Amino acid sequence: MAEHILLRHRAIPGLDQIDTYRQNEGLIALKKAVTSMDPNDVTNEVKASGLRGRGGAGFPTGMKWSFIDGNNWPHFVVANADESEPGTFKDREIMEGNPYQFLEGVAICAYAVKANDAYIYLRGEFWPIARKLDQCIAEMEKAGYLGDKLFKTNISIRLHTHLGAGAYICGEESAMLDSLEGKLGQPRLRPPFPPAVGVYSKPTIVNNVETLTNVPMIINRGAAWYKTIGTEKSPGPKIFSLSGCVNRPGNYELPLGTTFRELIMDHGRGILGGHKIKAIMAAGASSSLIVATDEALNTPMDYESVPQLGAQLGSASVIVIDDSVSIPWLINKTIHFFKHESCGKCTPCREGTYWMMHLTEHIASGEASMAEVQLLHDVASQIKGKCLCALGEFSIEAPLSGIERFSADFESVTNKSNA
Amino acid sequence: MPIKNKVSLTIDGKPVTVPEGTLIVNAAKLIGVDIPVFCYHPKMEPVGMCRQCLVEVGRPVIDRATGNPVLEEDGSLKIQFGAKLETACSTPVSEGMVVVGTSAKAVAGRKEILEFLLTSHPLDCPICDKGGECPLQNLTMRHGPGESRFNYAEKMHLAKKFPLGELIYLDRERCIQCGRCVRFQSLIADDPVISFTDRGRSLQIFSHSEPGFDSYFSGNTTDICPVGALTTVDFRFEARPWELCTTASICAHCPVGCNLAINLRREARSNGEVVIKRIMPRQNESVNEIWICDKGRFGYHYTQSKNRLTQPLVRREGELVAIGWDEVLSYVAENFKDAGQNLLTLASGRLSNEDLFNLSELTSGLGGKSALYTDMAGGDLVTQLGVGKGTNLSDLGKGTVILVVASDLHEEAPIWWLRVKQAAERGATLIVTNPRYTKLERYASQVIRYNYGSEASTILAMINTLSAKQNFPKAPKIAQGGEAIKSAAETITSAENLIVFYGSEGIGLEASQALAQACANLLMVTNHVRKVNNGLIPVWPRANDQGAWEIGFRPLPNLKEALQQYEALYIAAADPAGDDPSLADVIRNAGFVVVQDLFLTETAKLADVVLPAQAFTEREGTFTSGERRVQRFYPGVVRNEYKPDYAITAGISKLAELNVEAVPFRIFNHLEAKVPTFAGINYRMLAQVTEQWPIVDRGGLYYGGTLYANAQGLGVQLSLPSQIPSLTWPEVPGVYLSEGQLLAVPVTILYDRGQTVIPSELLYLRIPSAHIALNPENARFLNLTDGTKVQFTLDGITVKVRLHVNDQVPIGVAIVPRSLGVSLRSPTPIEIKTIESG
Repeated sequence: MAEHILLRHRAIPGLDQIDTYRQNEGLIALKKAVTSMDPNDVTNEVKASGLRGRGGAGFPTGMKWSFIDGNNWPHFVVANADESEPGTFKDREIMEGNPYQFLEGVAICAYAVKANDAYIYLRGEFWPIARKLDQCIAEMEKAGYLGDKLFKTNISIRLHTHLGAGAYICGEESAMLDSLEGKLGQPRLRPPFPPAVGVYSKPTIVNNVETLTNVPMIINRGAAWYKTIGTEKSPGPKIFSLSGCVNRPGNYELPLGTTFRELIMDHGRGILGGHKIKAIMAAGASSSLIVATDEALNTPMDYESVPQLGAQLGSASVIVIDDSVSIPWLINKTIHFFKHESCGKCTPCREGTYWMMHLTEHIASGEASMAEVQLLHDVASQIKGKCLCALGEFSIEAPLSGIERFSADFESVTNKSNA
Repeated sequence: MPIKNKVSLTIDGKPVTVPEGTLIVNAAKLIGVDIPVFCYHPKMEPVGMCRQCLVEVGRPVIDRATGNPVLEEDGSLKIQFGAKLETACSTPVSEGMVVVGTSAKAVAGRKEILEFLLTSHPLDCPICDKGGECPLQNLTMRHGPGESRFNYAEKMHLAKKFPLGELIYLDRERCIQCGRCVRFQSLIADDPVISFTDRGRSLQIFSHSEPGFDSYFSGNTTDICPVGALTTVDFRFEARPWELCTTASICAHCPVGCNLAINLRREARSNGEVVIKRIMPRQNESVNEIWICDKGRFGYHYTQSKNRLTQPLVRREGELVAIGWDEVLSYVAENFKDAGQNLLTLASGRLSNEDLFNLSELTSGLGGKSALYTDMAGGDLVTQLGVGKGTNLSDLGKGTVILVVASDLHEEAPIWWLRVKQAAERGATLIVTNPRYTKLERYASQVIRYNYGSEASTILAMINTLSAKQNFPKAPKIAQGGEAIKSAAETITSAENLIVFYGSEGIGLEASQALAQACANLLMVTNHVRKVNNGLIPVWPRANDQGAWEIGFRPLPNLKEALQQYEALYIAAADPAGDDPSLADVIRNAGFVVVQDLFLTETAKLADVVLPAQAFTEREGTFTSGERRVQRFYPGVVRNEYKPDYAITAGISKLAELNVEAVPFRIFNHLEAKVPTFAGINYRMLAQVTEQWPIVDRGGLYYGGTLYANAQGLGVQLSLPSQIPSLTWPEVPGVYLSEGQLLAVPVTILYDRGQTVIPSELLYLRIPSAHIALNPENARFLNLTDGTKVQFTLDGITVKVRLHVNDQVPIGVAIVPRSLGVSLRSPTPIEIKTIESG
């Protein structure tokens, strides 16, 4: 297996200790950036690496950094560690096993966008991780890697952790910024985008934990090296969180462009109990259901290829569905989740998810008619394209694709006498 | 203000040209296209939450290489429509944009959002107070599905009567979570006392203040609530909107002159009488925009109080007994004629211009003297140096300095507070000068604290600071100010515009005159006179004090002495004996006393004749605001048992063989002919309107809320005389304390126990009881704690009240709220003692 770039702790015991980390390429990049590189050069290096945001949208990271409004001060960096997508558990492993590489990435980002303060917004359940990060930040300060006058320059960088109170919506970046400000976590109207108006109405760069963890290695080894991993348009390694009906679920760090088949069949050791694979959800509960044909299994997992299957790579939380799973049951689960997590700010998501939940419950119970399946499709279509934020739009991916691509499952559960 | 580029676009095929940055929804409103909105409100920034305003938006395709628009074969612009519908409330217009709200896609989008809203809405329109003036109801009638596809027995069931406070109730089922109320409270009123809590379909509004919904502006949220979720305790289940008649009025509580709409109904349970059901704001963007304070909204009940005087009374054998109008008027006329130059008329600014003019005509016709009943002075200076014609607080921003001296605007004139705050937010420089903290300081660029009594000398010190380096006149006997005063003076002198608000915080008549003169001098030496958006604004205690000054009424320097000098007293809309018990004996001993009022006041109890007057809701007339805007109000409730003040006075005059008019517009014409500053104004001009933005018509979708548009007059500002007065330096009065004494100072609070407030029973929780307030240090020194009963002597009268301890009270001072049971007309040294037990 190729060398780990992000999950390096798997091969290096004790990487969560600052000394071990320093002995293993640690904190060189931060010093190099602050003492020998112009902030714009750092941004350009990240741009040249082709690194794309790992939170789900796949937006080019260096380009985002270059959007920061230089006429408005101060600037902030916020690391999105709210990891809440069902089926996603990659950021947690990074922060537990390789925290310094993540924190170093945050600090380099702060340097690149001329921010003195960076916040790490963690979901409330991550309080032990927050405590650990606080200790790591203290160690870095003690060793002179954070604080004022870094490496005898005039640069100050301080990191702060902040715990959320447990809401899926706070993973949406603008809702996260409101939550960070102490407000009820609800998404903001965009534009303006955070690089122009972010936390405390100041320019802010928001990046996912995994994205930032790539940065030290890019600065250390250079963009050219980084581009040798992955595909041309989706370079670099990606952590795939594999779960569902597989023999060996877990996090797998693989180059972008690895096929579903390799992930599921080789790394995941195939389907549980000898069942047949039926569907794949590539982006957690926010996914459309991919019909697990040979063609789909042979598709490379990158930001360009997955959309050709009518789905998105998202945060690459791959949930495997086998032929023992009823699709109506599955979408009932995802809709329960979205109904529970809808923030309620915009009408279609607040009311639509509630309505869909009634429908999916009835359908999953086997007592519904095909007319109700059609109504579910109507309601989902009616939500589409009308929500304030992307999370509302995600809620309809599973029901729409489920009904369209797995119609037989619905025919078998609906009450024939009502049809 | 920067001139913005104009942008041309079409909306539903109609062309429109608007300034860059205009939102689609507002551009549409300008050409009469109604795009439905719930969360958007034209007075607030968009949030794009409700998604009701979805439209199709097309933009010209631009050739990337050349930067030119791509053309269709027929030469027209090639338009690219977005894949998704866009929210018209949050999308600014752009050149060549094509907005379509009538296409199948846009209409479907609108219907679909509406269907979602209705899945959680109880549709209890038949019992909803908003029914009949509800945008959601009207939109449902227009677009709503005839049948529900949400077929579940349990719709949303939530609290139907959830008190956010004792004034505003929330129906949680009806709430559509648009957040207008929450945003109004935090962004406009800056009382963020209500919020959303929870999430998803459980998202709810709650209040987190004590008392609940603690804001002077809370009632406005019920106007802008687009459904029947927020209702006032006043109107809840009281009437249906379609049963109401509306009359235009002007608020009589303070000098702002907020435009009101009075909703009336004739009803069986009021014995077939027409009664007021609610007070609503009426739009006047130059005065109150579309807002009113809760005192204006809930403080009208005194006009319908059971304790109103209903018939004339005359004293017979020591008792006040009923008498007919004809008889009483001739009795009064005889006595006034006999008194002749020994007649003193004492009237307050609660009366209209017409009332005051007639009083003045009668009194001068008989050779007597008219005087204004007030503890605040300076109206003569305002006549000369008031704000220039065309002044609008909404226009103030960068380049303007607003100086507020000796006034807690939030308590004295809440809507001015709101508008000054907004001006500061737009970039105006606000300087707040007051002896203690006031809420306005939050928006101030500079705060200057002075000791009670030093208000005039603080302003004069600013002038003297300027005189140091420029060739300015200098106030005698006044020291130069320190750094703070110097910096304020410099800001003021370099300001493009200067508005000075002066009030009556901690001062009486004499000090008020000095303060007004000092402020007038500051305006004159810095040359901020006779210009639009410049001048002096008095924060009068009453609605028409300025009108009284314009007409020639002046306060008496020594009221007690004056009352003793005259044989006959004609006291209208004033209660000197109630306000100052030491005056009671003087009035009791006067030869012939006529009191004209709404209630049997302490003064009326001492009178020989009591004449019941109509309230402002029952008659017509005009008030002159502190900004010198003359505004008309119209009769609503008709009550024949009492008469309007002007008519009573005209009746007496007629019997005294004087030519005094009895019809308001004719009185006004005489007034116009006699009082130079009113020249050229008549009733018809006062009733004229021009188009205002935002357009708030009560049409189908209630853009802006259920408040009323203005069809009955925006008023006219008085012009200023061409002469600028010469500089006069005021004598600054001093008060000297002996050892062990505290300085008791009068201050104004919004909800007091005055006779026009206390009958509004629904405000009872907000009206404090009689008290005085001390700093904790003084209280500790006197060994007193919060809530103790204390006593002190004022003008020979012993006062017993509760003590409040408050760290915002300056040391050495006892704060005495006006009209709260302790009579204090000017700063006075007192010695506070505990009440001995037993």
